Amino acid sequence: MTSPLEQKKIKIAGPSVVTANRTWDGIVVYRTAAKGWSADLSEAAIVRSSDDAKALLAESVADDVGAIGPYIAPVQVGEDGKIEPGNLREQIRCTGVTIGQPVQV
Amino acid sequence: MYAYDEIDRTLVNERVSEFRDQVKRRLSGELTEDEFKILRLQNGVYLQLHAYMFRVAIPYGTLATNQLRALAHVARKYDRGYGHFTTRQNIQFNWIKLAELPDALADLAKVGIHAMQTSGNNMRNVTSDQWAGVAPGEIEDPRIWSELIRQHTTLHPEFSFLPRKFKIAITASDHDRAAIKIHDIGLRLIRNEKGETGFEVLVGGGLGRTPFIAKTIKHFVHGRDILSYIEAILRVYNQYGRRDNIYKARIKILVHELGIEKFSREVEEEWQHIRNSSLQIDDEVIEDIRSRFTYPAYEKLPHMPDELRQAAADRDFEAWRKNSVAPHKVQGYSIVTISLKPTGGPPGDATAEQMDALADLADKYSFGEIRVGHEQNLALPHVAKRDLPALWKTLDKLGLATPNVNLITDIIACPGLDYCSLANARSIPIAQELTRRFANHELANLIGRLHINISGCINACGHHHVGHIGILGVEKNGEEVYQITIGGRADESAALGNLIGPGVKFDEVADVIEDIVEAYLALRERPEELFIDTVKRLGVEPFKERVYATR
Repeated sequence: MTSPLEQKKIKIAGPSVVTANRTWDGIVVYRTAAKGWSADLSEAAIVRSSDDAKALLAESVADDVGAIGPYIAPVQVGEDGKIEPGNLREQIRCTGVTIGQPVQV
Repeated sequence: MYAYDEIDRTLVNERVSEFRDQVKRRLSGELTEDEFKILRLQNGVYLQLHAYMFRVAIPYGTLATNQLRALAHVARKYDRGYGHFTTRQNIQFNWIKLAELPDALADLAKVGIHAMQTSGNNMRNVTSDQWAGVAPGEIEDPRIWSELIRQHTTLHPEFSFLPRKFKIAITASDHDRAAIKIHDIGLRLIRNEKGETGFEVLVGGGLGRTPFIAKTIKHFVHGRDILSYIEAILRVYNQYGRRDNIYKARIKILVHELGIEKFSREVEEEWQHIRNSSLQIDDEVIEDIRSRFTYPAYEKLPHMPDELRQAAADRDFEAWRKNSVAPHKVQGYSIVTISLKPTGGPPGDATAEQMDALADLADKYSFGEIRVGHEQNLALPHVAKRDLPALWKTLDKLGLATPNVNLITDIIACPGLDYCSLANARSIPIAQELTRRFANHELANLIGRLHINISGCINACGHHHVGHIGILGVEKNGEEVYQITIGGRADESAALGNLIGPGVKFDEVADVIEDIVEAYLALRERPEELFIDTVKRLGVEPFKERVYATR
């Protein structure tokens, strides 16, 4: 598998986070500033430059046991500092399916 | 049902132990994800948007009730209480934890179920007609041959690292319910002039970004030669398949690029080397497999029992019976399709409670057997006609008697962007909205047979190319956009649909489908003319005009 760092030139257009899936259970997680992973988007480390994004992704890729498939995802940061997913795919990963599930979770 | 032998049981149990060790090493960091990925894929474990997805094989779509209960158990204990039946006789669980997967596999192994080769570049689950063994007019039970191929190809080293995934489907009826023409190899069981059993072999079908309908490569291959012939095809594919480009790696591209004549010559040449080898099948081998399929001890029953005659006065029962009940090869029995397409529900999903209840019903009414079809519905293959009213009442209470089989709301849909990491757009909400729009049963019946297929990306897991109406979700400038095709079909007259025009937005899709249906109702020559036949007669234009006149 090609490393995410080699896949393409990393260039971000706005605030971004690194997201992945936790290895042992697969849930969606975000890279934190404390070099860990959190299931809570509000705890994600925000990067605003391509160099910072590349550095955050590099340390995330290095943590192969903690989470898999890390990549950079866009977010929106409100005036109050609240972080929201930057597109529909990330919205669904963050808040769950847009349909009623057959069984209430 | 097929009774697995000790070799099968050992194989499945050994695989569980092997995977348990692999998971342990992955979680400890001994294996990297790069090293582990191919191992998990060989056991049906994908990484999707929210979690790992676990795909379990249901060989040729046949399940015993203890197996269905085991699937319900996995849904309840390791997942979120439901499973999703796919278009290739598999079931998927969407929220499985890697750390618990070995236990889930071990629980399934107790009843002979596994996930081997449900992903990865190998021979996938061999699928067949969900009515196999009970359909009137069938040449013979195609599952015997499906099982032969399953045994030969499971963990076969030569087929474990193919250029790309490889799918085989088999039918033995004139009406193709197994969609063999959209498979890498499609096999149609036939008899020659001497009455010998063999196969018409088709090759190079497939959907995805480059769809092709399979072409006949040989009109008759004797049954005893079918393994060597399949192996010859696979050898040619293994040698020439485009490993350098994932988008060109399927056999359909090779067949297209070489041309069927040249591809056929290559296969023929290879076949002559191996035809008279140990791959030639002895009659005893087939007889042994045949003997392991058990069939019910059917009673001698009347064609029209009193119970059925009396229930005919109930309009709701009759509506269900007309769509869900099909003729059986044995007088007095029926094949009952269980719709997994409730109004407003995700196509193909079943809860653990529904699976358990269906297992009970199969024990009571269908000799303990359930079938899974590629249309994402289930079937009870051996129901006595006298039991139909009682069965219907229970199914209705379970939410499993929606009278829409083969109608416009019997929609095939992939998981789409709600679950799938490859998807660009949502599929399930589109399907849900369409089932609400056409929930009126009189309207759905008036429209008649009409298959809608929805895919959330070009990979086409919802088989949109071969839907009478196909809906393909793509992403354009950050928005979900849907391309609509009409005129596709997946049966013995398989064809790819034609695009009607520019894509439409998420909120417009149901309106567009309504327009297409209204156009059809106005254009059809008589009520019996199916949508697909009207499209064939008139082409895309009148539908295109109707849809885009006001858009």
